[in-house]
Amino acid sequence: MTVLLYLVPIALGLGLIGLFAFLWSLKSGQYEDLDGAAFRVLSDDDLPAAPRSPAKRDSRP
Amino acid sequence: MAEAVDYSIFLARDAEGRAEVSLAVDGVDCAACISDIENGVKSLPGVVHARLNYTTHRLTVAWSGEGAPAEVVQRLESLGYRAHPFAGRVEEEEARRARWLLRCMGVAGFAAMNVMLLSVSVWSGNVTDITPETRDFFHWLSALIALPAAAYAGQPFFQSALRAVRTRKLNMDVPISLGVILALGMSVLETALHKEHAYFDSAVMLLFFLLAGRYLDHEARRRTRAVAGNIAALRGEMAHRLGADGVPVLVPVQALAAGDLILVAAGERVGADGEVVSGASAVDEALITGETLPRLVGPGATLYAGSLNGSGALTVRVTAGGEGTLIDDVQRLLDGALSARGAYVRLADRVARLYAPMVHLTALVSAIGWLALGASVHDAVMIAVAVLIITCPCALALAVPVVQVVATGRLFRAGLLVNAGDMLERLAPVDTVVFDKTGTLTLPEAVLRLPQGADPRLLALAARLALSSRHPLATALARSAQGPAFAEVEEVAGAGVMTRLPEGEARLGSLAFCEAQMPADLPADCSLIAFRLGDARLVIGIAQQVRPDARAVVDALTARGIAVRILSGDRPEAVAPVAGQLGIADYAGGLRPADKIAVLGQLKAEGHRVCMVGDGLNDAPALAAADVSLSPASGAAVTQAQADAVFIGQRLAPVLAALDGARTAGRLMRENLGLAICYNFIAVPLAVAGYVTPLVAALAMSGSSILVTLNALRAAKPAAGQEPVAMGEEVRA
Repeated sequence: MTVLLYLVPIALGLGLIGLFAFLWSLKSGQYEDLDGAAFRVLSDDDLPAAPRSPAKRDSRP
Repeated sequence: MAEAVDYSIFLARDAEGRAEVSLAVDGVDCAACISDIENGVKSLPGVVHARLNYTTHRLTVAWSGEGAPAEVVQRLESLGYRAHPFAGRVEEEEARRARWLLRCMGVAGFAAMNVMLLSVSVWSGNVTDITPETRDFFHWLSALIALPAAAYAGQPFFQSALRAVRTRKLNMDVPISLGVILALGMSVLETALHKEHAYFDSAVMLLFFLLAGRYLDHEARRRTRAVAGNIAALRGEMAHRLGADGVPVLVPVQALAAGDLILVAAGERVGADGEVVSGASAVDEALITGETLPRLVGPGATLYAGSLNGSGALTVRVTAGGEGTLIDDVQRLLDGALSARGAYVRLADRVARLYAPMVHLTALVSAIGWLALGASVHDAVMIAVAVLIITCPCALALAVPVVQVVATGRLFRAGLLVNAGDMLERLAPVDTVVFDKTGTLTLPEAVLRLPQGADPRLLALAARLALSSRHPLATALARSAQGPAFAEVEEVAGAGVMTRLPEGEARLGSLAFCEAQMPADLPADCSLIAFRLGDARLVIGIAQQVRPDARAVVDALTARGIAVRILSGDRPEAVAPVAGQLGIADYAGGLRPADKIAVLGQLKAEGHRVCMVGDGLNDAPALAAADVSLSPASGAAVTQAQADAVFIGQRLAPVLAALDGARTAGRLMRENLGLAICYNFIAVPLAVAGYVTPLVAALAMSGSSILVTLNALRAAKPAAGQEPVAMGEEVRA
């Protein structure tokens, strides 16, 4: 039964990781706007505006 | 907006000390709106943060320096969205509670899974070759997980049970808390005595199931509340407050405090309770006292929020501002709805009041019985505790809220915001539906009907004069106005408005007020408003458009054996065509609020259960008098305050959906209570006889909870014979 010595801590540890992940996601507000998250994932405004460089934009009148 | 608007009441400080405001935004209906709004607002000077919550249609804006909410409102307006700041203190509290429940649920779920892992090993070991040492080790390990988890996750129940006991009442949480604590305490004792059975798994699983039910219930209410809150915020009740320099500033009524001076123009609603300082006028207090004749007020007279100022401007010193006035009714109603637990839940509490003493008595009797039969004190106490654990009302506590959650969600998708928690119960047995005509069966926007050869010049003047009146017919006319309102318009309460123009005296109001004759070529179903300029007279018909699906809904209601009636304040001649068009035989017109109440009272005396659907201010008392009441979202604020539910959109279908949903919900709740009681009839004798092992307890408890929940899910879909209601597109905040 020595197998229990490491299997039980592993099982508990995995459970705790799940619990802390859940508590963290809750704390960071991931359940506040469930509908919006579905749309935000499609928008690209977090990417740098690659096609138009800032210099080019400045050069416009 | 040319006028200065002061929204500072809505400004708050966030955690980092930045000025922050929340706004309810109308018209958010696409993914692109998110970046449109956020980028648009972020480009305003000083704005450091703008985030739109797409679920609740709320925008949070933060500034680095001083906040300027009026700018945000203006910017959103230019982008094509209507917005109004929002005081979300109550909702913040709600959100915090939702997160707390979710945290408790997470902890209980973690504990339930891990304890069950150990329990299953013990159960399978008990029938094979587990050594007592390993079993004890597993039990102690379970205790290590279950005790702290239960102490944390059980708080919602322990707190509620403690409150109930302190007020010398019994609710469902009392037997729940007792069961959980006893199960844990006994399990620790058994483990210490190296016995086979421990109930750690049952205790935490019970908490997990109940927390899931409680969280869902809480979320369903919060969602309805958020939409209703947006509607209330976008209504944007404002008042003219006189500053220290005597300049009136437009402020939201929530900002009014006792001692403030407000200016109430003719035809405006009074924003807060107060005392007249100067000016004289006649105020219409039909909303407050039910008195239809206007009351003459002068300096020193008391005014109530929500009354309609008639003829003259008044300066009023506020005696009670913001909270505690009638204008605040929607908010108060929602708060009331939140604390008022539904009658079905009350029914569950009633069951608890009977159930708890019975269970405790059964446990005591079985302990004494086993002692009398010669069992040891330990065994007798064990059996008593087993009875308490097995009767811990898991299924009973879930039976009602789960149905309520599912049914409220179904009604929400159909465009119905439930205000009162017990509305479903009161709506289920309804056999008579009474409709108001104007604005309920018909659309709130009316169309103009003109007699032949109407003078367009007179019509244009009439429309401009109509801008100064708050009468619904005048409002319809005012929509076609081109040009500003006239100055110095006097309102003759109950008759109309008048002013002096270069061409002579102009009057707009009832036919008698303008001494006009009913023209022959106007259709009979329109309401009439007359305009007189000098000797020229124009009678304008305001015809209402019946809601597009009104006929279908009335037919469907009749098919369900529900009597449909119309009680209208409008003229009988105007009611008749609508009634004819909809195939309603029972109708009455020309009723005052008191008459409507009398008719409702008579119907109730005949043993009918009456649902009233109305929108006007004059319907408010009738809505309160009916067994259950619905109101369209376009209705008056006070009317909605009386209504048990508010429906959104142009169609009448939500009324039908509400009835169908309530009937299904009522049936399922009774079924669920029956199932839960059935379960007890089977389980209790087993427990008394001493056959309940932890395995049996776990199976019985989860089995009954799952059965009740699955049964409740049936409330989500229309039952056979109920027409599916088109859902979705009309539910907009």
